[in-house]
Amino acid sequence: MTEGIREIQGHLVVALGGDIDLDRAPAVRRQLLDCVKRQQDILVDLSAVTYIDSSGIASLVEALQWATSRGTGLHLVAVSPQALRVFELARLDRVFTIHPDLDAALAAAR
Amino acid sequence: MNAPTAEYLLELRIPARADRMVMVRDTVRSAARFCGFDERTAQDIVLAVGEACQNVILHAYQGRGDGPILLDILDDAERMILRVTDFGPAVTPAAVQPRALQDLRPGGLGTHFIHSLMDTADFGRSPTGVGNVLQMTKKKDPAK
Repeated sequence: MTEGIREIQGHLVVALGGDIDLDRAPAVRRQLLDCVKRQQDILVDLSAVTYIDSSGIASLVEALQWATSRGTGLHLVAVSPQALRVFELARLDRVFTIHPDLDAALAAAR
Repeated sequence: MNAPTAEYLLELRIPARADRMVMVRDTVRSAARFCGFDERTAQDIVLAVGEACQNVILHAYQGRGDGPILLDILDDAERMILRVTDFGPAVTPAAVQPRALQDLRPGGLGTHFIHSLMDTADFGRSPTGVGNVLQMTKKKDPAK
């Protein structure tokens, strides 16, 4: 699992990986909400996510709502096929801005 | 409840704790592949069972982690049958009803996933009178 937060061109890039389930979702939620407080656009890299369920999705939805209410952006990047399937099921692929890779996300967020 | 020709594949008894669910997922994925489902469909079945277990943890046992989850898996020629049983108090159907997707808020998606991913999902009290049972089925041939 490759995880961590980097700052690139003034944006926070949060890489999440592995299984984001009921066990891990609270930690992911805290991590994302801490990022939102920094008032920078957040790019969440989901390329290494092997499983995500409704609790993981809920953490991302909450972070998106927090970011939106604070006037910052939260974008998804390189969403793995397993995760994209779940976003599509929830019809959240229309709610989140999803970029194919980090370069595209940085260009759009500029 | 079972098709007459259904073969019992496995019975798993596991604590209703979030940190144990990875074992349930690994088991269900293996069972689904054993039943002949492709990897993508196996992942769908894993997600449905994961959501069912999450409902047990959050609603039937209210996060206490002190009750068991029973998972029974049966296989017949046409479908895979998965039964998730808990021993908690009755869960009101409203607690496990899918919510409207346009209602954008955290939570409430799990039951929507279950109904979207499985061919049938029937929730009710256990025939023994103790606990709740969710029985789900997945057809091997979606066209049938």
